[in-house]
Amino acid sequence: MARRYVGLAALVAAAASVATLAVAEDAERKGIAAPPGHVFKTIISGYEFRSKETRALQDDDLENPGFLAVERAADVWKKVEGSEGKSCMSCHGEAETSMKGVGAAMPKWDDKLKKPVNLEQRINICRSEHMKAEPWKFKSRELTDMTAFVRYQSRGMKVSVKTDGPMSPWFERGKQIYYTRYGQLDLACESCHERNNGKFMRADFLSQGQTNGFPTYRLRDQRLVPLHERFEGCMFDVRAEPFKPLSDEFLALELYVAWRGIGLPVETPSVRN
Amino acid sequence: MRAINRRQAFALGGGFVMLTLMPIAADAEVTGDAAKWIETFTGGKPPAKGKIALDLPEIAENGNTVPLSINIESPMTADAYVKDVLIIADGNPNAGVATLSFTPLSGKAEASIRIRLATTQNVIAVAKMSDGSLFMEQKTVKVTIGGCGG
Amino acid sequence: MADKPRIKLPKEAAKGEVIQIKTLVSHVMESGQRKDAQGKAIPRKIINKFACEFNGKPVFSCALEPAISANPYVQFDARVDEAGTFKFSWTDDDGTVITAEEKIAFKA
Repeated sequence: MARRYVGLAALVAAAASVATLAVAEDAERKGIAAPPGHVFKTIISGYEFRSKETRALQDDDLENPGFLAVERAADVWKKVEGSEGKSCMSCHGEAETSMKGVGAAMPKWDDKLKKPVNLEQRINICRSEHMKAEPWKFKSRELTDMTAFVRYQSRGMKVSVKTDGPMSPWFERGKQIYYTRYGQLDLACESCHERNNGKFMRADFLSQGQTNGFPTYRLRDQRLVPLHERFEGCMFDVRAEPFKPLSDEFLALELYVAWRGIGLPVETPSVRN
Repeated sequence: MRAINRRQAFALGGGFVMLTLMPIAADAEVTGDAAKWIETFTGGKPPAKGKIALDLPEIAENGNTVPLSINIESPMTADAYVKDVLIIADGNPNAGVATLSFTPLSGKAEASIRIRLATTQNVIAVAKMSDGSLFMEQKTVKVTIGGCGG
Repeated sequence: MADKPRIKLPKEAAKGEVIQIKTLVSHVMESGQRKDAQGKAIPRKIINKFACEFNGKPVFSCALEPAISANPYVQFDARVDEAGTFKFSWTDDDGTVITAEEKIAFKA
């Protein structure tokens, strides 16, 4: 072999390995096949869009800081509060069995309120109606911890919201919000998370905007962040006036976005950037 | 197949050296607060290269939580072990990050922590062995700021 | 009240075996660099020291600065020459100390 080819071979080999790396990263982004009529062909969890370091934080239950919240709430579950002298456990027993699957199917229709409620609202309904205790404020550590604890009981189970019957106008409302451009930047949810997922927007690697890992431990905030706070953040980022957490608008959006991730395993407490 | 002659070996070696060096910037001179931390730790004695494997992501997904792992070559016996390891970040408002203290009971001079990096910068580790010898290693971590995650 | 620290290590080890220990503790690690909504600096409040000893002998310790992420994670190794108890401590700037213990047995 002529000597000039030896150096060339080394370069070719290097180029090939870079190419292999890029392909490997793409191939790593695994998803699930979407049902017929869905917007995506493949539904992909936000986990797949994160760096290997961030994924490693989620993969190990000891290293995952979200579990600090899960463990805190496991104690609160047994704590008696309010004038009825009850704890969560007084009615629901062991969360490991009674709460299994609950978090995977939220938001859910509430016959009494004649509207869907999400997990945070359901927890607070229990507190004010059955325990006669003060409801927790949205974004309070207590409410986010308990939401994460209950949702964690569904970890690995498929996201399975109902969107028909009385839920259908809420679903349509959520869909409408998803495709509406907001703010000075004039962006819809769809602009980033449907049309441009898998691409960079400035420093951000855009995901499909799935909700299966919420509440999620965000590296940025170094704490668990509930879904409606993330919605608020997105709207703030596009320089819009955000809807209020637990508003009908965000509830409709939560329902619609949950459907966009139908079948994904619940990952709570997940780790995201 | 015939043996590679001297010139071919040079060409191959050259290609290899180029490939290994290309992504790694030469170690920058440490100045400011970081230099003061090192000075206090080493007593002004210059550290040697080697022995330290410092593992950090090339690009941090978020500067608030950057995983750092360190592994230092040492028998970790009562006679020869790694005593203290200073970790500093030269672009943070305060350069100090942590000082790890090992003993022969550590078994291995290995540790992982999570650190905050305010901006793209060098993370520097200086190890002090039980015989007083010093080693240093550094890694550049790119920190992206200004996205939805920032 | 502080939360219970999370610690992971094997239940038992062979004599002379080097084991890995993972620890995670809940703490805001307020750096002193941040400002509140009124623009006033939030005072520093961090865990400034972590230490681990085994049957009273020091195994590993570290001095921590504000550049350590919230909810400090520390992973290190320990050589087990006898059965016994690991003691862990996290010292806060305000002087409070969070402590925990884990036992390890010899492999039969």
